Amino acid sequence: MDKFTTFTGVAVPLKRSNVDTDQIIPAVYLKRITKTGFEDALFASWRNDPEFVLNQEVYKHGEVLIAGPDFGTGSSREHAVWALRDYGFKAVLSAKFADIFRGNAGKQGLVTGEISEEDTEKLWAAIEANPGVSITIDLVDKTATLGDIKVSFAIDEYTRWRLLEGLDDIGLTLRDEASITAFEAKRPAWMPKTLPVRTVGER
Amino acid sequence: MTSKPLTLAEKVWRDHLVVKGENGAPDLLYIDLHLIHEVTSPQAFDGLRLAGRPVRRPDLTIATEDHNTPTIDIDKPIADATSRTQIEALRHNAKEFGIRIHSLGDIDQGIVHVVGPQLGLTMPGITVVCGDSHTSTHGAFGALAMGIGTSEVEHVLATQTLPLKAFKTMAINVEGTLRPGVTSKDIILAVIAKIGTGGGQGYVLEYRGSAIRALSMEARMTICNMSIEAGARAGMVAPDETTFEYLFGRAHAPEGADWESAVEYWKTLPTDDGAVFDKEVFLDANTLDPFVTWGTNPGQGVSLNDSVPELASISDPNERAAAERALEYMDLVPGTKMKDIRVDTVFLGSCTNSRIEDLRSAAAIIKGKKKADGLRMMVVPGSARVRLQAEAEGLDKVFLDFGAEWRFAGCSMCLGMNPDQLAPGERAASTSNRNFEGRQGKGARTHLVSPLVAAATAIRGTLSAPGDLEENNG
Repeated sequence: MDKFTTFTGVAVPLKRSNVDTDQIIPAVYLKRITKTGFEDALFASWRNDPEFVLNQEVYKHGEVLIAGPDFGTGSSREHAVWALRDYGFKAVLSAKFADIFRGNAGKQGLVTGEISEEDTEKLWAAIEANPGVSITIDLVDKTATLGDIKVSFAIDEYTRWRLLEGLDDIGLTLRDEASITAFEAKRPAWMPKTLPVRTVGER
Repeated sequence: MTSKPLTLAEKVWRDHLVVKGENGAPDLLYIDLHLIHEVTSPQAFDGLRLAGRPVRRPDLTIATEDHNTPTIDIDKPIADATSRTQIEALRHNAKEFGIRIHSLGDIDQGIVHVVGPQLGLTMPGITVVCGDSHTSTHGAFGALAMGIGTSEVEHVLATQTLPLKAFKTMAINVEGTLRPGVTSKDIILAVIAKIGTGGGQGYVLEYRGSAIRALSMEARMTICNMSIEAGARAGMVAPDETTFEYLFGRAHAPEGADWESAVEYWKTLPTDDGAVFDKEVFLDANTLDPFVTWGTNPGQGVSLNDSVPELASISDPNERAAAERALEYMDLVPGTKMKDIRVDTVFLGSCTNSRIEDLRSAAAIIKGKKKADGLRMMVVPGSARVRLQAEAEGLDKVFLDFGAEWRFAGCSMCLGMNPDQLAPGERAASTSNRNFEGRQGKGARTHLVSPLVAAATAIRGTLSAPGDLEENNG
């Protein structure tokens, strides 16, 4: 994973709350077995609407999404993060993120910054006054700057550290392999095992 | 010795701690059971191959095919090439990494969250993960069960652990006795309407109280299943005699002395007297009506006896804007009585409501009746074994005589991915879990309901409760 420190890109206002992952990427696009190439699937249903924000020329190359609260609810599909990433988004700002989405984003280098609803409105107004304007996401001091507006965002400190360092989770965990093995040695024998296969007994 | 009183969730957490996180790092938790399906796993296996990593514990891992599978002609090759490739990828990955798989046509195939409990693999006090948000279902046994993303699937395959940040705890207290015609589905829809789709964010929910204790395991699974719809990562019910009775004798349940040791441990799990939850919510079971959604998120629900809400009655501006959009999508007018809403399709199925009790309760209502003219009803058992059990009880004939379609097991119409989809503009009463825009097919409109409401609706053609049928006869 690449290190993330600061990033400047076109800000896109997504003025909707409760954007669930079925909207971010509908299920029909989940049949693919690759991890890239999902840019066409992002907001696929909404993109049929010519008025949709990403269909407007100034926002077509958007890289920072500013969305209403409860972003990423519903299905655990990491494809939602891949679709945002493949389209070109590097960060999403919202007043509230769903837990699984936020976790998935952190694993893929997509920054999720939590801002207040008041700051969301402020950024939306500033973007709409100057469509196509860029915003700077600074992960070091946890701020988003757009023109003379500077807002702070919250992000879990551990995720922030991993993003700043570009660290891979599995590699980090495997440093603790001895502890995992020690834990396994103490597990009771009756804990569930899928193998060997047992058939359903008569009750 | 006295120790701090703990909640059920805190005890399961404590007993799975491999490494305590320091300086803001998450705790590392051991994962007892990893369930896999075709949609969220191929990229994880690719990751393992790229890094040259094996699956650490194939014996704690099990795969089934459910999301992207057809529910008719399952003996024929899957028609859609992309879907077929995905299923074949799962079969190939299972073989390469030595993972048990129940493929289409196998007697233990079915929706991943129906199969785990059915095999006796889901037990109290264990940690369960799956690349599917409805993994919360397994919390009905007092397990800590969470949906995860594909990167985490890869992480668990490689390490059998997951780094997790501590959750807060929320008690959902449901006291009283449900009236006839009211089910656990109505409890959870009412809970979500009360706390909102983000209300559970950051929490593990524990469903408590006399109304919960009185529920069967299958009814508890329905409640825990939809915890994610309230934004919670997991939902749990403390194990009790109902839990033990359900598990005893199942294929992978402990036997003999192991059973005794297991039960002894399981009895230590319920929340201690004096344990403090970070938040408490109360719901009165005595006055609860059948619940139904009118909008495009599961929190947009009302009593079936109510009407589509007036926008002016919604004070939060974001919620009001969402409601306005939802009504437009759903083609509904504020003030319309929910019971006046006509549906095109009734879907009985999904990991929320496709178990044998769900099928029995719906069949009992429609038995000897005919479905409403022009309405389509699809019945999709949650697993191959549920289907066989239903057929042994003659339920398939009840559904077929009624005019419903009797399908093979899978996620089916719940998620608009496999061939079972609604047409644009079509309106459905669904026993599934999500009424999002396009969830059951592009442009499709979904009302979430219980199996009882689904059955009554299929008879009358409009959203109905079983009680409405009696009035007609009366």
